[in-house]
Amino acid sequence: MMAFWQIVRRDLLLARRQGASSLLGVAFFVIVVSLFPFAVGPDAIILASIGAGIIWVAALLATLLSLDRLFQADFEDGSLDILVLTRQPIAMLVLAKTLAHWLTTALPLIIASPLLAMFMALPVDVFATLVISLAVGTPALSLIGAVGAALTVGMRRGGVLMSLLVLPLYIPVLIFGVGAMGAAMMGQDASSALMLLGAISLFALVLAPIGAAAALRLALE
Amino acid sequence: MMAMSRLHQYANPMRFARLSKSLLPWVGALTILLLGIGLYWGLVASPADYQQKDSVRIMYIHVPAAWMTLFVYVNMAIASAVGLIWRHPLADIAAKSCAPIGAGFTLIALVTGALWGQPMWGTWWEWGDARLVSVLVMFFLYLGYMALWQAYDEPTKASRAAAILALVGVVNVPIIHFSVEWWNTLHQTASVLKIGGPSIDASMLWPLLIMALGFTAYFVVLLLWRMRAEILARRIHVLMMQKASA
Amino acid sequence: MVESVQYIAPSAISGATPGIAVAALSCDRGGRRVFSGIEVTLSPGDALVLRGPNGSGKSSLLRVLGGYIRPAEGVLRWNGEDVWDDIGQYQACVHYVGHLDGVKPVLTVRENLTMWSALMGDAMDPDDALKHFGLGNLADLPAKYLSAGQRRRLNLARLGASQRPLWLLDEPSVSLDATSVTQLEELVASHRRTGGIVIVATHNDLQIDHATEIDMGEIDMGTLGDAT
Repeated sequence: MMAFWQIVRRDLLLARRQGASSLLGVAFFVIVVSLFPFAVGPDAIILASIGAGIIWVAALLATLLSLDRLFQADFEDGSLDILVLTRQPIAMLVLAKTLAHWLTTALPLIIASPLLAMFMALPVDVFATLVISLAVGTPALSLIGAVGAALTVGMRRGGVLMSLLVLPLYIPVLIFGVGAMGAAMMGQDASSALMLLGAISLFALVLAPIGAAAALRLALE
Repeated sequence: MMAMSRLHQYANPMRFARLSKSLLPWVGALTILLLGIGLYWGLVASPADYQQKDSVRIMYIHVPAAWMTLFVYVNMAIASAVGLIWRHPLADIAAKSCAPIGAGFTLIALVTGALWGQPMWGTWWEWGDARLVSVLVMFFLYLGYMALWQAYDEPTKASRAAAILALVGVVNVPIIHFSVEWWNTLHQTASVLKIGGPSIDASMLWPLLIMALGFTAYFVVLLLWRMRAEILARRIHVLMMQKASA
Repeated sequence: MVESVQYIAPSAISGATPGIAVAALSCDRGGRRVFSGIEVTLSPGDALVLRGPNGSGKSSLLRVLGGYIRPAEGVLRWNGEDVWDDIGQYQACVHYVGHLDGVKPVLTVRENLTMWSALMGDAMDPDDALKHFGLGNLADLPAKYLSAGQRRRLNLARLGASQRPLWLLDEPSVSLDATSVTQLEELVASHRRTGGIVIVATHNDLQIDHATEIDMGEIDMGTLGDAT
């Protein structure tokens, strides 16, 4: 387990030293959501009715955009060659890097989400459900995205291809995430959607690292 | 052990070329026969629906095509697994050959779905039809798979990357279907007519099944054809490389 | 998670020969055969030098030996066992230096070194290793200020700390000055004295005593491309 936490610590340190770059995702998230009032008008009722969906789609895109770099930097400077020699299964390496990535990119999104809920005129009593749904669902986004990132690492236009590979797989997460919000908006119990969301995250936690590890081995050939 | 060596006998591309050549006319004839019977029965001989009139006949194309979408993807994933685990070149070729065929069936299902939707709902696209939406997602999955193949120059690397994607995809397909169904019941508008619902009459079920078998046979024909073409393309590639380095 | 890997013990138990043994090894890249029929056996203390022009397959061979590429044909054995039976276990015995230095520009020189040695499970004094390659006075400088030669030295400083028995070095002397080349040679020699094995690809005159040599340029593949 030592090596696992060392990789998490290493990636967190690198993210902190690189500073602004990990906050770019949040900036993207905020700007994309802010575009919608300009597109559909300032009517609070319309905004509230589409708000949860917009925030979820924006979170999904922000995660996807930053995942592009998950393995890329280490691949380009040769670190990945050495990382696979570090006495742990590559699946654990994937998990460690994905965890660090989630902490530096998805967590800020979750923290920023109440602000965007205000922008989209969502009622205050659904803020908690929004935060919880993002907290439960974004791990699945990061993990599934890790497979796409590993499959496209080292490609020149990998980012576009990665979106094509990963976005269809994000649909269930989006459906259950927004479903939980829909239930909360109507004053119903959101827990069934949240549980399904959690199930997807757990499922991805088990399977995605294996797929990503196989893809990384391939990339290093 | 015995089973493996038997399998490898058929893995030999030359053997496959011979086998597929002798197989193709038979499967081709079966395809024509099944599709001929199915189309006549479905489009002419079967009764029109009392509610949907003759437009119900699109179902005989649409429903089997939607089934094939899934069937081909599962086949592709099985071939991918065989190629990945046993490093079986013919399995890789089969998986690669499945994708455009599956995408073709997906496209047929989408277009016939739209054509059917127009007279029924007055719109070309109906998000309320869970099957249509699932088929659309399948189309995206096929696109991604084919794009990944395109992105690699080296067939051996491409086949392994694509195989990983196909396996990740096939694990996700039931989740996607379930989530779309769930989402559909959540947003159920008015009474949406489903093509080929559970209350289907036997007079409609038979031509439907025959069409499904016909589509399956057609899939086998296309698959064998594409695999033969792929083997030839690779042989040409090798010859070109030999020429370049001679 | 296995935290300490015993390198020699498994072979001592099974009685197999310690070291690396390669039989009829061949490798395909991009549909081309890059090399084939590589046969070599190295025992603790041995060294192998790979020579040959660019594109002759030196890098590919090193990556096959490092367990990155599965050979098209042939067997690679470590302490008598086929490495592909448990590639992770084997790779835990390998230290690989490729063309890229794996240096993070935002970390200081010392941080770069300590990070890697922590991950690789090496016990070391980072400042000793840095001093050996003349980087002692740069230890607290962010690595982005290093020249190509200094980055390479930082990469090689990891070797000084490495406790792994098998070193795979791909053109390690590129962009090194004469002093650093000598220091590298000393490091290789001392690794061999303590029972390590070194395999190095070079077309410079790196001085490695009593080494087996393979000239990759002489292995006739019929087709030689830039497939490294």
